[in-house]
Amino acid sequence: MIEATNVTHYYGPYPAIQDVSFDVRRGEVLGFLGPNGAGKTTTMRILTGFLPPSSGSVTLGGYDVVEKSLEVRKRVGYLPETVPLYTDMTVTNYLKYMGTLRGMPGSRIRTRIGEVIDVCRLGDYRKTQIGKLSKGFRQRVGIAQAIIHEPEVLVLDEPTIGIDPIQVVETRSLIQELGREQTVVLSSHILPEVSMICERVLIIHEGRIVAEDTPQNLAQGLQGVERLEVEVGGPSADVLPALQKIEGVNSVSHRNLQGRHVYVIQAQPGRDLRDDISREVISNGWSLRGMQMMGMSLEEIFLRLTTQEDL
Amino acid sequence: MRTVRAVAWKEIQIFFLSPTAYIVGMIFLFLTGVLFVWDLGDPFPEASLRTFFLGPPGFITTGAILVLVLLAPVLTMRLIAEEAKLGTIELLLTSPVRDWEIIIGKYIASLVFFLALLAMSGFYVILLFVYASPDPGPIYAGYIGLILYGAAALAVGMLTSTFTNNQIVAAVVAIGILLALFYADQAFAAVGGTAGDVLAEIGMTTHFYDFARGVIDTKHIIYFVSVIAFFLFLSVRALESRRWR
Repeated sequence: MIEATNVTHYYGPYPAIQDVSFDVRRGEVLGFLGPNGAGKTTTMRILTGFLPPSSGSVTLGGYDVVEKSLEVRKRVGYLPETVPLYTDMTVTNYLKYMGTLRGMPGSRIRTRIGEVIDVCRLGDYRKTQIGKLSKGFRQRVGIAQAIIHEPEVLVLDEPTIGIDPIQVVETRSLIQELGREQTVVLSSHILPEVSMICERVLIIHEGRIVAEDTPQNLAQGLQGVERLEVEVGGPSADVLPALQKIEGVNSVSHRNLQGRHVYVIQAQPGRDLRDDISREVISNGWSLRGMQMMGMSLEEIFLRLTTQEDL
Repeated sequence: MRTVRAVAWKEIQIFFLSPTAYIVGMIFLFLTGVLFVWDLGDPFPEASLRTFFLGPPGFITTGAILVLVLLAPVLTMRLIAEEAKLGTIELLLTSPVRDWEIIIGKYIASLVFFLALLAMSGFYVILLFVYASPDPGPIYAGYIGLILYGAAALAVGMLTSTFTNNQIVAAVVAIGILLALFYADQAFAAVGGTAGDVLAEIGMTTHFYDFARGVIDTKHIIYFVSVIAFFLFLSVRALESRRWR
């Protein structure tokens, strides 16, 4: 559906994104994850034809975003990060205006307004001036205008920024619903959000894509070291060296959580030490109270990738 | 065409609902009203709109055209600059709308409001015809000239609004350009010679005198239409260039 090849964009002498390549399949929900200033918004703007790339090319549905900009724009629904709306207009009038700009016939606009107002749960605010709506409702109006013309691709730049937690949950589920039928590209700096909504994640940092995978694979593949959390009943002065002696253990750290002794064991990559550990604990006469594999959260991966720590 | 109409209609609604437009209208009617009654103190006032169009004779040229120079940019300053400031331009430019459709739509809206404003000054014409028997030629021709002058001023304002995100800057720069075009003839008359004559021709006021005299000359119409086309063309280009910045 979308293909970006070696896209670079400069603001003056400063590159906002460099050599970014990716593709989005039809019906996929793709997330761009990155800290503020990583180049997410620039990427979104290029996808929607608002900014032309300095070099490289982007096609959407087979149309080049620069040369066939109008065709691309017909197929894209876009919600910019700042949710720009005409605050003087009522919700219905605004949606009607945006529908007309997108070239929809009048009768279709009327039926679609009803539909998107339902989908975005704006029913009580049809005649309300947009300026009087709360941030969360404005966000919904923003999404409503993005989907009114039934675009093939929905581009959402930070769709949950600045709204309260309940509305965040609602907005997420709305995006998930939309993602069932449409291709969705969204950006976010909130990791759980991306791992919840997106089928695939691109981590972008300082204008470059540093990782690309499903949220699950990213967590697994980047783990590098197996981590186990083990709770042992026994004197920690003895348990700690015993655990350290097990073959394949890289390091052990000990925490005393209100009398519970928890050891975090880092094993060498690819080693499954669960059996060895439990045998060691039992044979010393201590009790094994719990053992848990610890995956790396997306947050940790993200931090690792973007702070460029060695794994 | 539907898009142009939609853009124009939305802007017209804003014009007729916004306080700025009404303040501009009030100032316009006040100043032109002063110009209209200016001659009434004369022992033998002339039943014409000469002072209304060009200001009191004997002074440097002023008149309704100068009022337009000062006020038209205030009407147009919002058109693009506000969208740029609010960010709504991002949605406008990512909709399948051509840049010229946006410019033309917004320009038409400002033109409609301007014509409505000008129509209100028709009150003076009615008064004139009720209480005297003026020569209708210069009045009709003058109004045609005034419409063209105003339309050109709006086109200049359109351009400066496209250049900047700041409405005040847009208005001030447009007023500057328009004042230069307004007094070009008087300034360059002092230069004298062929150079002075040529430069005077660039000025907008040069092309208005004939209308005020009751003469509708095609060359002046062509001049104003060209000015409008030129500035609107530059506006479309300036809007396009926003993508490259």
